[in-house]
Amino acid sequence: MAIFEKGVIFAGIDTNNPDCWRLDEYLKRGGYQALKRILNEKITPENVIAEMKTSGLRGRGGAGFPTGLKWSFMPRTMPGQKYIVCNTDEGEPGTFKDRDIIRFNPHAVIEGMIIAGYSIGASAGYNYIHGEIFELYQRFEAALAEARAANLLGTNIVGSGFDFELHAHHGYGAYICGDETALLNSIEGRKGQPRFKPPFPAGHGLYGKPTTINNTESLASVPYILRDGGQEFMDKGIPNNGGTKLFSISGHVERPGNYEIPLGTPFSKLLEMAGGMRGGKKMKAVIPGGSSAPVLPAEIMMQCNMDYDSIAKAGSMLGSGAVIVMDEDVCMVKALERLAYFYHEESCGQCTPCREGTGWLYQIIHRIENGLGRPDDLELLDSIGNQMTGRTICALAEAAVFPVRSFTKHFRAEFEYHIEHKKCLVDHRWY
Amino acid sequence: MLSLESLKQIDVELAKYPADCRRSAIMSALRIAQTELGWLSTDTIEFVASYIKIPATQALEVATFYGMYNLKPVGKYKLAVCTNLPCALRGGVATAEYLLGKLNIAKLGGTSADGKFTVVEAECLGACGDAPVLLVNNHKMCSFMSPEAIDKKLAELI
Amino acid sequence: MIEFELDGKTVQAKPGSTILEVALSEGKYIPHFCYHKKLSIAANCRMCLVEVEKARAPAPACATPVTEGMKVHTCSKLAVEAQKGVMEFLLINHPLDCPICDQGGECQLQDLAVGYGRGASRFEEAKRAVVDKDLGPLVKTTMTRCIHCSRCVRFSDEIAGYQELGMSYRNNHVEVMPFIGKTVDSELSGNIIDVCPVGALTSKPFRDVARSWELSRRKSIAPHDALGSNIQVHIDKYHKVVRVLPLENEALNECWLSDRDRFSYEGLYHAERATEPMIKQDGKWHKVDWETALTYAAKSINGVKIDHGADAIGVLASAISTSEELHLLQKMMRAFGVNNLDYRLEQQDFSLDGKTEGVSYLGSSVLDLIANKAVLVVGSVLREEHPLLTQRLRQASKRGMELHSINVMAQDLLAPVATEITLDPRELVYALAQVLQATLEITNKSSNVDLSQVIPNAKTQAIAASLVKNQGHVLLGRVARGLANYSELVLLANEIARVCDGKIGTLPSLANEVGAQLVGFTPYRAAFNGYFTKGLNARQMLENQRKAYVLLNTELEQDGYSSQLALAALNKAETVVVMSAYTNDDMLEYADVILPITPFSETAGSYVNLEGTWQKFNGVTRPLGEAKPAWKILRVIANKLGLDGFEYTSIEDVRAELSNLADTSSYLNNQANIDGLKIVPAQLNGLIRFGITGIYNSDSIIRRSHSLQQTPWAKLPTLALNAKLAKILGVVDSSEVQVKQAHAQRKFTVSVCDDLADSVVLLAKNSTTLSFAGSFDAIEVNA
Ligand SMILES: Cc1cc2nc3c(=O)[nH]c(=O)nc-3n(C[C@H](O)[C@H](O)[C@H](O)COP(=O)(O)O)c2cc1C
Ligand code: SF4
Ligand code: FES
Repeated sequence: MAIFEKGVIFAGIDTNNPDCWRLDEYLKRGGYQALKRILNEKITPENVIAEMKTSGLRGRGGAGFPTGLKWSFMPRTMPGQKYIVCNTDEGEPGTFKDRDIIRFNPHAVIEGMIIAGYSIGASAGYNYIHGEIFELYQRFEAALAEARAANLLGTNIVGSGFDFELHAHHGYGAYICGDETALLNSIEGRKGQPRFKPPFPAGHGLYGKPTTINNTESLASVPYILRDGGQEFMDKGIPNNGGTKLFSISGHVERPGNYEIPLGTPFSKLLEMAGGMRGGKKMKAVIPGGSSAPVLPAEIMMQCNMDYDSIAKAGSMLGSGAVIVMDEDVCMVKALERLAYFYHEESCGQCTPCREGTGWLYQIIHRIENGLGRPDDLELLDSIGNQMTGRTICALAEAAVFPVRSFTKHFRAEFEYHIEHKKCLVDHRWY
Repeated sequence: MLSLESLKQIDVELAKYPADCRRSAIMSALRIAQTELGWLSTDTIEFVASYIKIPATQALEVATFYGMYNLKPVGKYKLAVCTNLPCALRGGVATAEYLLGKLNIAKLGGTSADGKFTVVEAECLGACGDAPVLLVNNHKMCSFMSPEAIDKKLAELI
Repeated sequence: MIEFELDGKTVQAKPGSTILEVALSEGKYIPHFCYHKKLSIAANCRMCLVEVEKARAPAPACATPVTEGMKVHTCSKLAVEAQKGVMEFLLINHPLDCPICDQGGECQLQDLAVGYGRGASRFEEAKRAVVDKDLGPLVKTTMTRCIHCSRCVRFSDEIAGYQELGMSYRNNHVEVMPFIGKTVDSELSGNIIDVCPVGALTSKPFRDVARSWELSRRKSIAPHDALGSNIQVHIDKYHKVVRVLPLENEALNECWLSDRDRFSYEGLYHAERATEPMIKQDGKWHKVDWETALTYAAKSINGVKIDHGADAIGVLASAISTSEELHLLQKMMRAFGVNNLDYRLEQQDFSLDGKTEGVSYLGSSVLDLIANKAVLVVGSVLREEHPLLTQRLRQASKRGMELHSINVMAQDLLAPVATEITLDPRELVYALAQVLQATLEITNKSSNVDLSQVIPNAKTQAIAASLVKNQGHVLLGRVARGLANYSELVLLANEIARVCDGKIGTLPSLANEVGAQLVGFTPYRAAFNGYFTKGLNARQMLENQRKAYVLLNTELEQDGYSSQLALAALNKAETVVVMSAYTNDDMLEYADVILPITPFSETAGSYVNLEGTWQKFNGVTRPLGEAKPAWKILRVIANKLGLDGFEYTSIEDVRAELSNLADTSSYLNNQANIDGLKIVPAQLNGLIRFGITGIYNSDSIIRRSHSLQQTPWAKLPTLALNAKLAKILGVVDSSEVQVKQAHAQRKFTVSVCDDLADSVVLLAKNSTTLSFAGSFDAIEVNA
């Protein structure tokens, strides 16, 4: 099993128990207490949102936007349909935390969504689940059925007069649907192409109705925050970085997997939890926040703490908390080629700079990797990157440029060597 | 064109969305059709579009945009191996190569001579911690696919 | 109003407007491709990036709303650098084949590349190639040139109403395509050529004909429906019309054109164009000079008058004729003593003649029509009769107008329709009476129509409620006009409009139906609602055999209510003088003299459109062969008949007599007077024909437009009936049946179509049904 450290979401879960995801197990762990209390005691949405603000929870989907603040943007009292949408379209290379949340604790997400719906005035929600984890789409549907049967979903929830309906929608192989507006288009049955903002989803979201979108981990944290208090959650982390967070570690460590640890934990400690470098190899580089985050050389990374501010200061992003660790045997040209291919493949194709730029970047890097590099290629890569960043509807173009920029910056010698000698500087081995 | 069972499943999906938002069910409907028929032919896409009551072009846009729809016939088992960076660091590429060799398929995207297996490359499956990972027929995830595990799995599938 | 700064200048704008809108209205050009003022905003080409002070990154001007105090720079270093970057990306996969591209010289990409492109390309990889698509007979593709702006896709979805084009796949493999194996069949499809900023979508008929810079461009008015779309006609160096494009007119066609108006020009050069004067002697045709032909024509008419009196002459003209032509023809014939003149060739019920207040028309301007909150269309196959006006109604209904239809054939308007009722033509009157009765019940008003036997049902009540609530507009279409009880429909519609405080209007089909009434081309009223005359109407002229017929601009056997009736009368006449731009086999049979006249493109003239706007045009090209403008021919014939007042030297002289057309408002009036109308439920005995006039069969030019005739619209089945009737008749789809009407019979292939009522047989008017009788007469079908 892939969970090694437990914080709030995985607290008390026995992942060896095949039924640990079920409703009765969740209830035993204190599940749905927060929801029932809010509904029974008629705690106002304003107070719920205030508690969320106190918790300091920052969106776990990558951008780190404060969740309480986001909820407060909804025109809550405006009549008409509104929606809460959960983003379980985890497709960022290196990220695999939401999968485990749905696998082991789907009711936390359901409860979180109901509370969110109550707070923002929505009576319906959808959870958009990455197509590739289809078995968990089915599990989530099963959990929904349990909740409906227990009157935790549907009309007049636990006799409170509050109605809320929740459904699962699955993706089918498009990374871009992780972007919240692409995801909305996808639920509407369109291609997953991001929408230009403004208008923002809070005003014009799903089916043109006000909508809030949150990441799975953000929503799964909600029941805990509302049950044990925002301050309690806040205090688990450090200022401006409240709570615990899931980190997905992959690559060349002994024990890849999910680690739910307090924000602010030193990277060195996380690495240690993960069993250190595999086979005692030397660490070369780390991508600290999913493939879209700039890569950091080992020396810099070892100085960082796992929180938004520390990683930002080091020149990268905490992102979704996906830590990809590479050892000394990895050729950085080869590694970048694979990432460049990914972004080219996954560009939705609407914005000119992204559609054309991601393809062009990949073609050049591919050429360099295959010994056909040209002296001015690095300059050209940089210039193409400039022409892409900040010129598109969504952040995929930037996500494609960050790796290119950071790889060629921190490991320039390897690229130059490749161009000049038509081969790798290191004796490349993937593993 | 589709079995009653599949149509029933599509109806369940349709019920999830507001009545005037039938288009929302197109992704599930195409998935259900593909699960029954193995792949999405032009006729199938057109049929599903008419069942959902949307223009066929809109269904085609969806079928061609999302990577898990099979626009050509595939083997009885479609094996998708993630070769993206985190997986590559833990044997994803080697796994793909092992599968190709074992099934005697020339390159990714190809189908074995007996028509049983198609091996394709996948972008991130969202399970990098379990690398190497393999997705069978879009819906069944297999983790830690070492050569031995692959041999075992293939034996099960035959 | 918001105040902001645009390139250093303080500018005011409405809240919610985008930077690009404001810039364009200020006369400042910001390069753009995906933005189109009539389409939703996609903001995907990124060409319009501008610098906004304090913003994180350049903003797309097309999608960024202006805000108070914003400072925008459209050509700062950052803006230009961003635009140049986008341009480079657009060009890396675009072929550099301008010299052979159909769009060369009028390509937005080419134009902008000159200003924003780099000298040498930094792209040294392989270019993408995209296979071409077959979109049908009208639009040609060169998909490698597509820049993925998605304008065509948005047009097809948002304006044409049904998304026939999609953008499939993703990343740089995106491709614009119709559904696999399908073509683009919309009646507005040609507009995708205009919205495409590059040479990916071009005109198939125009392909390789000429380079754009070799063409001269002239303004004109589209003659194929009464909207009067403004057009730009392109002429090559051989004085031939080679292309027609829309000329923007926000009040009428906006920036669009129907395919009918765009591609009809091919018909101008059909082999059947009449290009030489001809007379028939001893059953043989002789080409003669103009003088001979005109003398012959004048003599023939004069001869009939001398032998049988002026009343033995019947004059029939199609309303595709210009106001000048119709004016001269009526002036000449009336001076000659003939009052039998009519343009209403398709009508069978004339009982309101003399009982109406004025000239019938739309009932409001087009802009006012679409601003209505409720519209009821009675008896109109809208998309075929009025492709572009339908588009405006479509947009309106998407914005919330309640659109209702009572019709003899259901048609998908590709827009929300609130209520749709499909009936036997004989039942339309009763249905409209139901609506009237329901409006009376809602408003507690009374009417002097006897409705004692009329009981509204749920649908007619719904229509009535909507019309009352919204002071709706009732429109009577071409189908209604052809019915045996058209006058009752007019009276009922008038009553409904009165009770609802709403409006009544008609949907004139041909370009100049309103003009024809205004210049007095009717047997019952002279020009500008002048004195009343008593002549025979179109139907009487044929039913009561005349000795001579004068035909202007019509193939009466195709344009009229009944081919059979027309051919019988024309063939029996002593003499038939034809002024026509085309000949056909039947015409060569019945005519005695054929005077080749010019179509709209080769003569100066004017039309009054459905809202009453007078639109003048000049000939855009020289007459073909020896053809002459009809107004010149009429002037000479009048002289030869010894009539005074025909000493015109130019079209302006003729127009001087039509100056009242400049403001037609005082003549336009759809009111009709009611007396003792009693409505009873219809008795349906036997089958009735619905002789639909197909979209591409509506006039002589269209019928000969080659490419339009290749479209699916032109190939719709001639014979259709519904499944229930098919079952009673014991036939199935594709069965051969024997169809009989009066003396005509012929075998047709059945198409089963559930858009019709049980007792209706759709037998289209076209070249295969020429021997048949009236469009709404009884018909027999046998297995
Ligand atoms: C290209 C792209 C991919 C994204 N992928 C994901 C994703 O897989 N999961 C996710 O929760 N957010 C993803 N996001 C971020 C979402 O747009 C959005 O910010 C997030 O779901 C909001 O939830 P949060 O506030 O709870 O973090 C992605 C954004 C972009 C631009
Ligand atoms: S940046 Fe790329 S992925 Fe994002 S909307 Fe534009 S084209 Fe699509
Ligand atoms: S015109 Fe603004 S992005 Fe295309």
